[in-house]
Amino acid sequence: MRYAMAIDTLKCVGCSDCVVACQTENNVPIGYCRDWVVEVTEGTYPQLALENRSERCCHCENAPCVRCCPTGASHKEEGGMVLVTHEKCIGCAACIESCPYDARYTHPDGYVDKCTFCMHRVAEGLKPACVSVCPTKCMYFGDLDNPESEISQILKNRKWKLLIPEAGTDPKLYFLI
Amino acid sequence: MREEIIISGRMNKGVDPILHAWGWEIAVYLFLGGLAAGLLIYAGFYAIRNKEKNFFTALKLAPMFVPFFLILGLMALFIDLHHKLYFWRLYTTIHLNSPMSWGAWTLMVITPLSIIYAVLNLKAVFPQFNFSNKYIQYLSFAIEKTENKSPNWNWKFKWMRDLESFLNEKKLILMWALLIYGIILGIYTGILLSAFNARPFWNTSVLGMLFLVSGLSTAAAFIMLISKDHEEIKWFSKIDLAMIGIELFLIIHMFMGFLASTQVQIEAAKMFLGGQYTFVFWGVVVFMGLLLPALLEIMELRGYKINHRFAAILILLGGLILRFVIVYAGQSSRYLY
Repeated sequence: MRYAMAIDTLKCVGCSDCVVACQTENNVPIGYCRDWVVEVTEGTYPQLALENRSERCCHCENAPCVRCCPTGASHKEEGGMVLVTHEKCIGCAACIESCPYDARYTHPDGYVDKCTFCMHRVAEGLKPACVSVCPTKCMYFGDLDNPESEISQILKNRKWKLLIPEAGTDPKLYFLI
Repeated sequence: MREEIIISGRMNKGVDPILHAWGWEIAVYLFLGGLAAGLLIYAGFYAIRNKEKNFFTALKLAPMFVPFFLILGLMALFIDLHHKLYFWRLYTTIHLNSPMSWGAWTLMVITPLSIIYAVLNLKAVFPQFNFSNKYIQYLSFAIEKTENKSPNWNWKFKWMRDLESFLNEKKLILMWALLIYGIILGIYTGILLSAFNARPFWNTSVLGMLFLVSGLSTAAAFIMLISKDHEEIKWFSKIDLAMIGIELFLIIHMFMGFLASTQVQIEAAKMFLGGQYTFVFWGVVVFMGLLLPALLEIMELRGYKINHRFAAILILLGGLILRFVIVYAGQSSRYLY
């Protein structure tokens, strides 16, 4: 099992519904967010190109946060999710410094918090909260190891890109272009 | 033109708008850790080479400060933790991939060792106790003076005296341990930052050596500051000059590396070459903290009457500000947005 997510940048309208769904589902403290939307504008008027990206933790294969964590609180769960065990986390912020996507933050309770790919929902056979609420259905979630899964198929048939692959983290958040 | 903005209003504390998860605590700790490492390296090195007579300050007096520096540094680190009650989790695992795990274990070894060495030096540093203080009588008793310079006190309990003589027998092992762990501590303070490939300005292996050399330079300055022996001051100001030379070389080396590297590292270097950190780095750290004290030390060695403490204080300040600049600048350098 290797869970991954793909976001269709051609369909995303940047409504931030995914952000609110995550905050509600995961009880994210007010003023924080585990996912966010980035708007990229390229070119000069009138030749402009716009891209919307819903971003979150990339659950990297070669996760620098897992490498830098001194206590093993940041770890890889079965299925490739990168998670933080709260009772092991000392709140040193080494993982926050190590993340090139700035996907982590210190929870007001002291431990470090981040996207979990909604592991509790995935375990029940549901999709992550952000994916299931998306009004334009531009997000895909599934198992990369299964060649028949929706995400494997869409990555086979569409062009995609990764965010800063040169950071060497082997991210599992794909952007369809 | 390309513009990337977060439109969903991400404003996570400590992360946005620019990363500032680490603040003064880390900078102060890196400075104190480097200073302590430098002092222990000098103590270990000259003790192994049997220079006890030449360098009283470096071998006896300065190491008395080391446990205080380390404990103050550890307190700064503790303040920085957000999940404080779980700090013991550091000592339930060893993660060889994590520099912070290395650091935690190194400090676990070197702090007690430095305390042992400081206690062993008590008799040399404080040979004369004033026994009117009743607290002193809890642990020690007065003895008749045998020679002029020998201490007028001894440990009160027999096991303390036995332990002291046992440790004195094993002193060579202790000094080797202090030397080796001092080098590890000095390098680790830099490796801690350079292991983060997410922060292009930190992600250079020069940083380990730079922090070690800067630690040695500030330690030499500290010895100059508290020493009363003219020969010792002269010798450590020569060492300090050599360290400043190496440090300048490493700084140039680091920027050459950045400018010959990827786009993100070129941009990181630009923060220092015309960007927001230009003055504080080249003006304050390099000129005020390295070049000016080096000039003062050279003039003093040439025979001009200049107070050596002035150069020493500048070096110590420069070392502290260097840590601040590197901690903050690293967090301003990034890949995205």
